[in-house]
Amino acid sequence: MIRFTHVTKEYPRTGTAVDDVTLHVGKGEFVFLTGPSGAGKTSLLKMVYLDERPTSGEVRVSGTSSLTATDRDIAKLRRKLGIVFQDFRLLDNRTAEQNVAFALEVTGVPRAIIDPKVARALTQVGLAGKGTAYPRELSGGEQQRVAIARALVNDPFVIIADEPTGNLDDRATRGIFQLLRDINAAGTAVVMATHNLELIRRQEFRTLEMARGAVVFDSADAAAL
Amino acid sequence: MRSLRDALITFRRTPLLSALSVTTIAFSLFAFGLFGLVALNIREALDRLEDRVEIRAFVADGTAPESIGQAAGDIAHYPEVLNATMVTQEQALARAQKELGDFRDVFEGAVLPASIDVRLKPGMRNPATVKRVAARVKAFPFVDDVRFGEEWIEKLYRLRNIAGIAGVVLGLTFAAVSCIIIGATIRMAVLSRAKEIAIMRLVGATDGYIRRPFIIEGLLQGVLGGLLALLLTYFARSLINRYVIETIFFDRRVALLGILFGVVIGFMGSVFSVGRHLRRV
Ligand SMILES: Nc1ncnc2c1ncn2[C@@H]1O[C@H](COP(=O)(O)OP(=O)(O)OP(=O)(O)O)[C@@H](O)[C@H]1O
Ligand SMILES: [Mg+2]
Repeated sequence: MIRFTHVTKEYPRTGTAVDDVTLHVGKGEFVFLTGPSGAGKTSLLKMVYLDERPTSGEVRVSGTSSLTATDRDIAKLRRKLGIVFQDFRLLDNRTAEQNVAFALEVTGVPRAIIDPKVARALTQVGLAGKGTAYPRELSGGEQQRVAIARALVNDPFVIIADEPTGNLDDRATRGIFQLLRDINAAGTAVVMATHNLELIRRQEFRTLEMARGAVVFDSADAAAL
Repeated sequence: MRSLRDALITFRRTPLLSALSVTTIAFSLFAFGLFGLVALNIREALDRLEDRVEIRAFVADGTAPESIGQAAGDIAHYPEVLNATMVTQEQALARAQKELGDFRDVFEGAVLPASIDVRLKPGMRNPATVKRVAARVKAFPFVDDVRFGEEWIEKLYRLRNIAGIAGVVLGLTFAAVSCIIIGATIRMAVLSRAKEIAIMRLVGATDGYIRRPFIIEGLLQGVLGGLLALLLTYFARSLINRYVIETIFFDRRVALLGILFGVVIGFMGSVFSVGRHLRRV
């Protein structure tokens, strides 16, 4: 589903961010991605949704290869992914509903099926009653739920979350984390980068640890030993 | 449909920017329109002058009027010729006296040569054709001399060519300036919507889809700019008519062409810049 084969990413001015990474994430998996700041977590995730292409090696995501994908292929791929960030990235001048609907509108989904899909996604994240609120009228945790609803609305096979709880307090963090677990339990894979070691420690999920661009620990390998 | 709405939303959300853009396009086209009017009126004036272009062949004394009449008939059948009229000695005298008015006495007892006055068809009044016809007319044995204001015609034509070239050069310059201004407007529009564009990319909107509203916006600005320019030009021309000199205006087809030109500028300006700027957000 997601396969990295000897993937290296070098940026022009900052050098190697991801260094010869080979890994596989299967259907329905829940994977934590950890490591110190600057380890290359964000760079790795960006290559999953092909915002960046590897300098060498190959990334394959659901049949799309980083070696051959056109801009159009990448756009098509992203409709099957849900991407969530630390800073929510909602549009301030649109309501929660409109923010979620946006993802469908701009990919040419017919009007008639947008509304029910939006309602379902908002219900799924527990915001059924706040669809008409603007982001500024919502708490951080609620804003992140809107962002997750937007990520979910296209029925993705994987949610890619780059420090989704980085801006939230403990309570909100637990809420968002529980939401991601529920989503995962329903069959959607989740790849989540996080600094929150406490969150990880209490879980049985697979953990990938990065340092200086390399994956230095994979709990799946450790279990196999 | 959504793209059109998006383009309109941009208009509404950044009314100042959009208005500025339309105005700059309008002023560029206005400058172009003013020059176009000047060129049009020079041409019109030239055409009127050209109406007077004629070849006058003076006939030797004592030539039989029948021979002159027959020659005039022959000449009238040349493909380039509109008409050829015989002017007898008496008629020449009468005409000279009429033209000189108070000084008619000067011609008392004078003898003016008879002539054949040849007028060319409208499309044929260029120096080369005039010379060729003059040479043919001169071949008649009883024709003494042929006058056709050679230098005058050539100067006239040079003036017209300079006007034409200046028009093209200035027009293209203005078009380029407009494209640059549209590019700058789109740059700002892209920047003001950078977040929205980034999210569109993230959720899988295609590049074509992301570009469309900007291109539609460019087109709309072109149309509005063109209309505004037309109004400004018309207004300027009215002022000139009232205070300076009677001039003619573009006909409907040319006016439409001007608006179309605005649309083309809007389209080119947006297409060329949108890709470049989108890559940066
Ligand atoms: N767009 C970029 N251009 C150039 N260099 C970059 C870019 N993004 C990241 N880098 C570099 O790549 C390295 C890894 O950065 P990255 O953001 O992937 O780390 P991270 O593990 O996500 O860090 P953090 O935990 O702080 O988010 C850093 O040294 C950084 O300077
Ligand atoms: Mg990061």
